[in-house]
Amino acid sequence: MALDVGGKSVETDEEGYLENRDEWTQEIAEAIAVSENLEMSDSHWEVVNFLREYYEEYQIAPAVRVLTKAIGKKLGKDKGNSKYLYELYPYGPAKQACKIAGLPKPTGCV
Amino acid sequence: MSTKKFLYVNRKAPYGTIYALESLEVVLIGAAFEQDVSLAFLDDGVYQLAKGQSTEEVGMKNFSPTYRALGDYDVNKIYVEQESLDARGLTLDDLQPLTYEDEDDDWAEKDSIKVVSTAEMAEIMEQSDVVMSF
Repeated sequence: MALDVGGKSVETDEEGYLENRDEWTQEIAEAIAVSENLEMSDSHWEVVNFLREYYEEYQIAPAVRVLTKAIGKKLGKDKGNSKYLYELYPYGPAKQACKIAGLPKPTGCV
Repeated sequence: MSTKKFLYVNRKAPYGTIYALESLEVVLIGAAFEQDVSLAFLDDGVYQLAKGQSTEEVGMKNFSPTYRALGDYDVNKIYVEQESLDARGLTLDDLQPLTYEDEDDDWAEKDSIKVVSTAEMAEIMEQSDVVMSF
């Protein structure tokens, strides 16, 4: 599959995850968000940026339970809970936010 | 669902075969099921935890940083066999430190790695309900 971003074609797998993580740009993130019917707010970006940092450090996309706990630790309890994260990303914070962040699907996610 | 004691036994060097990475992925996936998980490293498996791994020359992903995420997954019982370290001229200092935050102790940061003797390792295996060998 391919995603068209500003006239450039970007390769994704059949579920829409980027084939090459290094190609990621903010513009690509916005385009993936549109395909997910999401409008990126500062709160959405906060989660995406957090995931990219987590991946940089540990080389994995965290499971949703781990993501929730880690967000709570870094950004505060009001954000480190399922309700908040599912409001931002209704189809699963780990799944959707990872896709927008240009990361692989979280390990263990089906 | 009752909790079972799972032990994942790692005996192979990190690269060259897929065993180490597969084991790590199974552990991370299994951690979602909230079982009592321990990891054992023996023989060449102790190299999986070695500091300063670089995989550029072999063209494989360096997944050693992922072991540091185990604490986040509540996997914090990591046993390394003393005899395996000795046979390879390694000590605990040659391994990357792995830590977790103890929820029952005001989130104090604690070491996950424990070096044990062959006899202690046998006891750990004996007490596990499920042993998976990689």
